[in-house]
Amino acid sequence: MSDPGKIIEIEVLRYNPENDEAPHSTVYKVPFTDDMSVLQGVQYIKDNFDGSLTFRWSCRMAICGSCGMMINGVPKLSCETFLRDYYPNRISLEALAHFPIEKDLVVDWSGFMEKLESVHPYIIPKEKRSPEEGEYLQTPEQFGEYIRYAACINCTLCYSACPQFGLDPDFIGPGALAILHRYNMDSRDGGATRRMELVASEEGVFTCSAAAYCSEVCPKHVDPANAVNINKINASKDYFLRFLRPKGES
Amino acid sequence: MSKRRPYIRPMDGWWKKNPFFIEYVIHESTAFFVLAYALTLLVGLVRLGQGETAWSAWLASLKTPLAIVFHVCLLAGAVYHAFSWFKLMPVTLPPVRIGGRKLRADEIVTGGFVAAVAGAAFIYLLVWGLA
Amino acid sequence: MTKNRKRSNAPVFWLLFGAGGMLAALTGPMLIFITGIAIPLGLLFPEDTMSYPKMLGFAQNFFGKGFIFVIIALFLWHSVHRIFHSLHEFGIPAGPTSKLVCYGTALAGTLVSAFVLFRMGF
Repeated sequence: MSDPGKIIEIEVLRYNPENDEAPHSTVYKVPFTDDMSVLQGVQYIKDNFDGSLTFRWSCRMAICGSCGMMINGVPKLSCETFLRDYYPNRISLEALAHFPIEKDLVVDWSGFMEKLESVHPYIIPKEKRSPEEGEYLQTPEQFGEYIRYAACINCTLCYSACPQFGLDPDFIGPGALAILHRYNMDSRDGGATRRMELVASEEGVFTCSAAAYCSEVCPKHVDPANAVNINKINASKDYFLRFLRPKGES
Repeated sequence: MSKRRPYIRPMDGWWKKNPFFIEYVIHESTAFFVLAYALTLLVGLVRLGQGETAWSAWLASLKTPLAIVFHVCLLAGAVYHAFSWFKLMPVTLPPVRIGGRKLRADEIVTGGFVAAVAGAAFIYLLVWGLA
Repeated sequence: MTKNRKRSNAPVFWLLFGAGGMLAALTGPMLIFITGIAIPLGLLFPEDTMSYPKMLGFAQNFFGKGFIFVIIALFLWHSVHRIFHSLHEFGIPAGPTSKLVCYGTALAGTLVSAFVLFRMGF
């Protein structure tokens, strides 16, 4: 049984755009039990100390991708991170790094949403088929080529792990590029050529300097760093081979 | 009127905030060691092209304690470059398949280290062959 | 959402970076040990390993010429590309000046070594 008397200090970086020039830290003393996640700690603060504390959450089971935050400087999903693992030390919480802070722990994700759209994150069929012709069949090997990247839950922890995105917000970034790669690797998809313009562009894969922290923090083990680096090779091939292609094709 | 005023945090000192980035900055900075060695070789090549006197003077300068210390530092930098280069290979290489099976990350890293030892042995034997 | 995207010229530099990095990882430590430590200190190798006639002969031989050129040029292209990225990471924008200084160094070094090697004859 856990000791019901345990209290952990949680330091939260607060920012209220209506009153604050810049974010500032506030420390809360939160009673906790061993089964409490960091998200539950934050909910406790909202319910008991300050109802204006703002944060995103939904599923509480590491699949919706809403509750990411910097926990002691590391991007993590707060629902699957436990207070007991930090006790008796203080925990510091901050909105996901590199994104603009909207309020408290909520960031502005509109840039990411645009990037996600720009990768054509859907199957562009290689060959058009009518329903009468039946389904697109796929072998387990073909499935194995992309399933790893299909596990992405758009939590954007990888963006908060990416110094290049922090330095250059236009970088398409690890998450969207991993999703792009997921569709390129799908045997039913024929959209790789269409996606190449983005991959090979100045906002594309070459902004990455292979720090590879994105793959380290990904809660779904998607390995975006590998997806980005494979596409550097693809874009390099395209860079030189485009001169050999017949004119008019792209 | 919108009350939105998104706050953009500065990036100053980003690399000091996480041990992972400290290692990243260290392995990126091995480039200065590789650059210093390339420039050393370039100077040597230019001296070689200037004739025997110039070359001998360059060889003699390599024997000074300062030059030895300099090269010991370069060696440390180059070894760390090689180590970090192969350590990162599971991320930088496309999947490697042998006999239809994808190699695991640790197998790729080990393969890299074996290649590094083989490369060093090749250079050693090459110089022996020339000597 | 359609933006006009400009194709990046990075593949040229990135491939040189990658080739140089691989070459430096495979050969760098041993080369530095031999030319900078073992031979100056008279260890492991005969005294005259880097004597003028031997080195000139190596630099005039077709294989030796290529070896020297590839080592110097690729080490340069590898390191300046990394330094170019690092400068950006430490707050120096990846603009034309930074590009010119970094890649200019590599280009100058490549041209000088090619010129010297060519002038030495075959």
